[in-house]
Amino acid sequence: MSSVDRRLLMDRSVAGRRAVTVPEPDVPLTPLPDASLLRDDLQLPEVTEGEVVRYFSLLSQLNFSIDTQYYPLGSCTMKYNPKLNDEMASLPGFSEIHPLQRDHTVQGALQILHELQDMLGEITGLPSVSVDPLAGAQGEFAGLLIARAFHEDRDEGEQRNVALIPDSAHGTNPASAAMAGLEVVTVPSDEHGNVSVEDLRNLADKRTAVFMLTIPNTVGLFEPNILEITKIIHDAGGLVYADGANLNALLGLAKLGYLGFDIAHSNLHKTFSTPHGGGGPGSGPVLVTDELAKYLPTPVVGEVDGKFSLVSPERTVGRLNGFQGSFGIVVRAYTYIRLMGLEGIKAIARNAIINANYIQSQLKDDFDVAYDRYCMHETVMSARRQKANGVSALDVAKRLIDYGIHPPTMYFPLIVPEALMIEPTETESKETLDAFIAVMKTIAAEAQESPELLHSAPHHAANTRLDEATAARKPILRGSDEAAD
Amino acid sequence: MTPDDRKYSKEHEWARVDGNVATVGITKFAAESLGDVVFVDLPEVGSTIEQFNKFGEIESVKAVSDLFSPVSGTITERNDSAIDDPETVNKSPYDEGWLLKIELSTLSGLDDLMSAGAYDQLTAEEG
Ligand SMILES: Cc1ncc(COP(=O)(O)O)c(C=O)c1O
Repeated sequence: MSSVDRRLLMDRSVAGRRAVTVPEPDVPLTPLPDASLLRDDLQLPEVTEGEVVRYFSLLSQLNFSIDTQYYPLGSCTMKYNPKLNDEMASLPGFSEIHPLQRDHTVQGALQILHELQDMLGEITGLPSVSVDPLAGAQGEFAGLLIARAFHEDRDEGEQRNVALIPDSAHGTNPASAAMAGLEVVTVPSDEHGNVSVEDLRNLADKRTAVFMLTIPNTVGLFEPNILEITKIIHDAGGLVYADGANLNALLGLAKLGYLGFDIAHSNLHKTFSTPHGGGGPGSGPVLVTDELAKYLPTPVVGEVDGKFSLVSPERTVGRLNGFQGSFGIVVRAYTYIRLMGLEGIKAIARNAIINANYIQSQLKDDFDVAYDRYCMHETVMSARRQKANGVSALDVAKRLIDYGIHPPTMYFPLIVPEALMIEPTETESKETLDAFIAVMKTIAAEAQESPELLHSAPHHAANTRLDEATAARKPILRGSDEAAD
Repeated sequence: MTPDDRKYSKEHEWARVDGNVATVGITKFAAESLGDVVFVDLPEVGSTIEQFNKFGEIESVKAVSDLFSPVSGTITERNDSAIDDPETVNKSPYDEGWLLKIELSTLSGLDDLMSAGAYDQLTAEEG
């Protein structure tokens, strides 16, 4: 791979080259409202179409993708994305419309949005849905604004300004809470990886606006005290928020609404098989109880007598982005749900759980298991044992690349030292899981016998070990010659 | 070796007291578990801080963590070279990688800190 032409597109630019010749206009010219908006000081690459195609094809080959290799990246649900999803999203009726078109000209697109709202409501037991948020984190932000609006309407807006968040939570939870103007108070986990119910009881009070819980939680475990937890928060007058990033493990098995959650988000780009991780935009619909429907972000799609239209909920928390969410992603998620059907949806969670437990049971002699009990859709292991020999979770992860496997999520959740979070997903075969298990066993042996091999891994990738520390300390933010300070 | 000329907190900070001024930093254990430090955020000289309260943030390639003060008092000096060259904290957490000098408002809080021996025991358990 060392002979790869690594120049950026900018560096391939030759003045005067062009990819397309724009045809003479066949409509009357209209002057720009403000000609000074046109800038000629921007450096844009000047290249031929062939050069552009070659450049991006090369990048795609350097990339690591679910279409080429196994990708057990914990908390990200890197399942196979059916090609039918893309086929549907490219239909001209979906791909060649404009978000500002009049409602009556895009009834089909609005119907898809509306039906997806209903399907997600049915799957989660939280019936009122806006598919507007552009990612999980934006879904959280919207959900927290809804919680604030709810308390404000009950004249408790100022008093209830605390978001309770477990110490195992994903970083976006406290970040979203802070952005929504809430104060973050951390709830400790107990020794089994669950929320410490005793601490939660002490922390829940009249200042509690919302408790955010990931379910199954970020160590891949189901909270056995979930009903007690939601009751504690409701008794204190707060709302309970479900971070649904891990919804894959619950599909068809448990409904968030029945467990006592008031608000949730779902990551369509994880659970509902749309490309992500450098492969596509996200979508993080926010889901609420009927009582909270009036606060949903605008727009949502309403239906009257079979006619669909964009509507703004009565006490909406506002608009989150320019248009109607990631529409192409919505079409893909919709296709996936239709493709799977009810029985298929139920099989997803079951197989995801079996696959994760299979890996955990096969690897627990070689790596520590963070919490030794059945897991849900992912298992959090630890390289604690290897660390004693100077080998870190990072070294194990980098070595996996040499074996053609994407590293698991590392160092998350923060409460597990040397964490390796492995999420196989339901779409991998037993042969793939067995091959992964064999590789992990080999790496555990290498960590004993030749730790140096791991410190300098990966050896066979297009890029070897990156100097992440220098990259973060002295970032170079431009290509070519001008290095940022 | 964990130096025994100073005291330690559960949050992995140390304080070395000289008269009524404490020099404060993070422990070697903390620096190693964080991994390569890439950013340190410290308060201005002149601000006051309370024992066990958050006073700043430290970011490594793995995560962002809060810094908690082992003592109460007023900041008299801040180690700008730790801010400019965060790797100092990894290289020399107990000497050049110190973070703040704090004029103590009270000496009593020091009793709530650990000796080097007790701290080593704590990290052996957390290990
Ligand atoms: C548990 C959890 N919550 C929230 C998020 C945020 O989702 P997004 O990346 O779509 O903003 C993630 C993403 O990895 C996650 O794993």
